[in-house]
Amino acid sequence: MSLLEIKNLHVTVGGHEILKGIDLTINAGEVHSIMGPNGSGKSTLAQVLARRQTYEVTLGEVLFNGKDLLAMKPEEAACEGVFLAFQYPVEIPGIGNTYFLRSALNAIHKYRGEDEVDAVDFLPMFREKLKLLEMDEKLMNRSVNEGFSGGEKKRNEILQMAVLEPKLAILDETDSGLDIDALRIVAKGVNAMRSPERAMLVVTHYQRLLNYIVPDFVHVLVDGRIVRSGGADLALELEEKGYGWIEDEARHVPASV
Amino acid sequence: MSTAIQQVGNYLDIFTEFAKNAAGQKLPWLRRLREEAFARFCETGFPTTHDEDWRFTNLAPVARTQFAFAKRTVTLAKTVLKPWTINGAATRLVFIDGRFAPELSDSAEFAGVQIASLKEQIAGNPGEVEGHLGKYADIQRDAFCALNAAFIEDGGYIRVRRGTVLEQPIHLLFVSTETDIATMSHPRNLVVFENESQGTVIEEYVSIGKGTALSNSVTELIAGENANVSHYMIEREHRDAFNVSTLRIQQARSANVASHSLLLGGGLVRNNVHPVLAGEGGECLINGLFVGAGRQHLDNYMYVEHAKAHCSSRQFYNGILDGHAHGVFHGRIIVHKDAQKTDAKQTNRNLLLSDDAQIDTKPQLEIYADDVKCTHGATIGQIEENALFYLQSRGIDETSARRLLLLAFASECLDRMRPGVAREHAERLIHEHLVSFAHHRSRTPAADQKERSWEEVG
Repeated sequence: MSLLEIKNLHVTVGGHEILKGIDLTINAGEVHSIMGPNGSGKSTLAQVLARRQTYEVTLGEVLFNGKDLLAMKPEEAACEGVFLAFQYPVEIPGIGNTYFLRSALNAIHKYRGEDEVDAVDFLPMFREKLKLLEMDEKLMNRSVNEGFSGGEKKRNEILQMAVLEPKLAILDETDSGLDIDALRIVAKGVNAMRSPERAMLVVTHYQRLLNYIVPDFVHVLVDGRIVRSGGADLALELEEKGYGWIEDEARHVPASV
Repeated sequence: MSTAIQQVGNYLDIFTEFAKNAAGQKLPWLRRLREEAFARFCETGFPTTHDEDWRFTNLAPVARTQFAFAKRTVTLAKTVLKPWTINGAATRLVFIDGRFAPELSDSAEFAGVQIASLKEQIAGNPGEVEGHLGKYADIQRDAFCALNAAFIEDGGYIRVRRGTVLEQPIHLLFVSTETDIATMSHPRNLVVFENESQGTVIEEYVSIGKGTALSNSVTELIAGENANVSHYMIEREHRDAFNVSTLRIQQARSANVASHSLLLGGGLVRNNVHPVLAGEGGECLINGLFVGAGRQHLDNYMYVEHAKAHCSSRQFYNGILDGHAHGVFHGRIIVHKDAQKTDAKQTNRNLLLSDDAQIDTKPQLEIYADDVKCTHGATIGQIEENALFYLQSRGIDETSARRLLLLAFASECLDRMRPGVAREHAERLIHEHLVSFAHHRSRTPAADQKERSWEEVG
């Protein structure tokens, strides 16, 4: 059984169809990348998989571990093992980072019928992950993402992912706006999490990130459809030639049902 | 006018009866204060919504109810009051339907601190209170202050002597009980912090049972030079209770006063906070949280007077309103002619959790000095959908996520409290109270559009 099976997914936002029939299968252990020009529906796909309710699924189905993902609330999807690293992480004044992360971890443990993690057990594991992402522990005493730089926010996303250990990690433009040092650190954190049990879906506009997180498969999303799939070299081709040629090509492909 | 006369008719009988046996009635100054105050109340009656200071609060339910003093027979076991114990408080004075209950109160003594009921103090040593009692709360401007002053008799009397520091808070607990009549009480508190003293006073209003009751309290808080005072007003009465409270703060040079209001209960609540910065270098923090549901009406009226130069005041009020609750924040700042270099700030933030909840927020700046800094701002919004989704996407269920976001909003107020017993008490109450506000409710898209905010510098 595949970890994630997306079949003919159609999604509408405010009356506009954004995703027009996506088919994608991801197996455990694989890293897939979704690339595409602005407005092609990349982020919509990521958010739908994380179960944001503002998107309306009009057709199709998504199975996660054989279960109907589209019937899940965001928290259920998270507890089942879906993680979204946000393109724009949200600042939440008044809720401490560490408290938030431990609450999240315990919510997931509770859902799975596992014991809660107390502060004593949490801290050593947490510190190890902080080190991996070269983050200052002091940052964790602050409110969630409050006053964080762009790079710190993105690293915080990967830190959360490292602590929550999802089965499917979706990275939504995690590379956008990062300088090369921050990019290396983020990639190091992500690569440390690659494992045969875990799959990743890396959504990006630029090929640069894929130098550091080398995908097994690359899919090109244009106007709500996957118009081409290939290996890591497809990303290089896109980098070289841009999206124009593939968009032109896509116009000549008849729309799927 | 006929309504005013009818209202007064009822109170006239009660006042005549009260004046026969009231404590200290033989003291000319006290007698005069009561009579003048009652005369003033007779002149004005209860304010109406035509009065700018009462624009958002309709007092008709108070005006048409025939209140009377509770009979003197209520006796309570001490264990009944256990839920309202503050662990770590220095001492507690309990008032039942406005009257001091020595058998339910603590009798702890502290060096340099005098704690008594006002009635005892008037009977035993009236000279100590004469200099302050009724000197600050304005019976001319405010009908409720007048009514309270007419019926001055009991309440808390606290005097903290020069240089004395009392670490733990003094707890004044006002309990209204259920009787077969509509009862009223007019608690009068006099709190004097002499120069260089420090301490915390918690006024807490609770009810046992569901009886119709009006609590109309006035607290005069005098902070001497360099005194450092925290005052807490906690309203936790049942949801049909009427509660009007007035905190009148008089600050001397370099005094530092923090007023924290926590309005959780009550049906019709009016919270007046009126500090006068009467000495240079004074600082006043006016901090509050009001949380309403059902048909609760929570009106916060701030009247911040800068009378001398180089003082700062900070008003921060956060409101959370659900159901058909109606909140009011009316923040007046008056900067007198001599109060140059005044630094006054006012912020009111509100979360509306339902389509029918309502907030009226109104700043009012009156500035007669020319070198001052005054800013005010207000926001009205909902729980942020982005933040909610972010928390949920990490596995936290929607109800818990909502509760976390409400707590985060409320914690802005908690963070302004000095760490210690009183703050922990407030924190516990807020945590318990917000649980019932966290359940999911669907909102119409139109309601999500009505977010607005403003900020101005004047």
